[in-house]
Amino acid sequence: MIEVRELRRSFGPHRVLDGVTFRIEKGESVVIIGRSGSGKSVLLKHLIGLQQPDSGDVLIAGENLRGLSERELIRVRRRFGMLFQGAALFDSLTVAENVAFAFRRDGSLTERVIAERVAEMLEMVDLPGIEDKKPSELSGGMRKRVGLARAIIYRPEIVLYDEPTTGLDPIVADSIDQLILRVRDRIQTTTVVVTHDMRSARRIGQRILMLHDKRIYAAGTPEEIFASADPVVRQFVEGVSNPKEVYF
Amino acid sequence: MTLFPNRFVEEWIEGLGRLVLLAKEAVASLLTFKIAWRDLIYQIYFVGVKSQSVVLTTGAFTGMVLATQTYLQFHKVKMDTATLAVVSVGMCSELGPVLTSLMVAGRVGAAIAAELGTMRVTEQIDALRTLATHPVDYLVVPRLLALIIALPVLTLEAVTLGIGAGHAVSTYLLGIDPVWSWYHMQHYTTTDDLIMGLTKAFIFGGIIAIVGCYKGLGCGEGAEGVGRATTEAVVYASIGILITNFFLTLALARLLNVL
Repeated sequence: MIEVRELRRSFGPHRVLDGVTFRIEKGESVVIIGRSGSGKSVLLKHLIGLQQPDSGDVLIAGENLRGLSERELIRVRRRFGMLFQGAALFDSLTVAENVAFAFRRDGSLTERVIAERVAEMLEMVDLPGIEDKKPSELSGGMRKRVGLARAIIYRPEIVLYDEPTTGLDPIVADSIDQLILRVRDRIQTTTVVVTHDMRSARRIGQRILMLHDKRIYAAGTPEEIFASADPVVRQFVEGVSNPKEVYF
Repeated sequence: MTLFPNRFVEEWIEGLGRLVLLAKEAVASLLTFKIAWRDLIYQIYFVGVKSQSVVLTTGAFTGMVLATQTYLQFHKVKMDTATLAVVSVGMCSELGPVLTSLMVAGRVGAAIAAELGTMRVTEQIDALRTLATHPVDYLVVPRLLALIIALPVLTLEAVTLGIGAGHAVSTYLLGIDPVWSWYHMQHYTTTDDLIMGLTKAFIFGGIIAIVGCYKGLGCGEGAEGVGRATTEAVVYASIGILITNFFLTLALARLLNVL
């Protein structure tokens, strides 16, 4: 479904990704872990064509995204839904208008059908009846749920999650994890989650990829990653800092 | 190897190229006629209706000061009754469109850059793209259309009020004969002056929209990025208007056979 080959990306003189290669099969749940600033979000944005690589390829269902224009990418992006780190809700629109955004732009459905689909999606993310609220009236967890409802309303084949539990308390974070699993099972999506929350990674991932030193450093099932003897993987899994290393 | 010796020149030319590409993309999108009417109406309301007080005040006081200054010179050569004609021609072809556009660049150009810039730093532009929507279709086209529709109308209002205020000052403050004043104004003001002014307003509207959107969409990170984009949008749109105005005056004068 998703194939990344030798992806390289720099910002000015600073290289962020250097030869990243992996495959994600249809229906799989993959979690990409890595330290803050390791390029996880940049990698995720390459998968949906929000950023273009300096070299290397990203193939979605066999179609190479490299060199496609913004208008050609629109067609590919219809396969995707994406939940952003800060939810990225349109703050000038209500919750219902946010969730229905893709349908309204499409213009093929009647207002009644759109309203029904919005209500159904809000029900799925456990937030029924908040259609008329503005994003500014919602808490962080609620915003992420609305962002997810907006991303999945047209039942995409692939859903990308950028740090879905960052900034949330452990209980809300757990509920978001449950929601991700619910969406995966009900809509039968391929799921790609970028996170540094190891609890979340263990719960969601069928496979974990660890991004370290600008490339995929380790890959395996959650059990394999958590049992790994590799010092870099162990340090990340256990969340232990090294006093001799500068982190900031 | 760099093509240009000066990095600043290189960046400036690159920016200009991107601006032209954005304008091309916006015009191409406009020609597909897939317009978001609701957004367009809101933008016309924001650009047109909400700018009334600023534009009308500018028009009125410009007409008044122009009448006073012209009278002070014309009185020396006993051409008092030609004062309003100067106000009228000046307001129609130059001051009306230029001052209205500069005021709108300050109010609307800044707002566009700030709104789009904030959307960019909060990833709303990226979210738009993931929802299979081209930012130019959804954000740039309604703003461009609103400005090229509203600015000529605002200019017309400013010109009308400017001439009216100039006439009032001429008659009641400067003591110029109102009948001769009005006669000369009608005699010397032609349709070409008005066409020139409205054409300029139309083009200046396009400049404000494209520069505001370009600066907003290309905004740097954080609050500092939004602040810089907003300032640059106003400065570049204003400079663009003033420079374009000169060349537009020459081109339109040639086109209308007045040069």
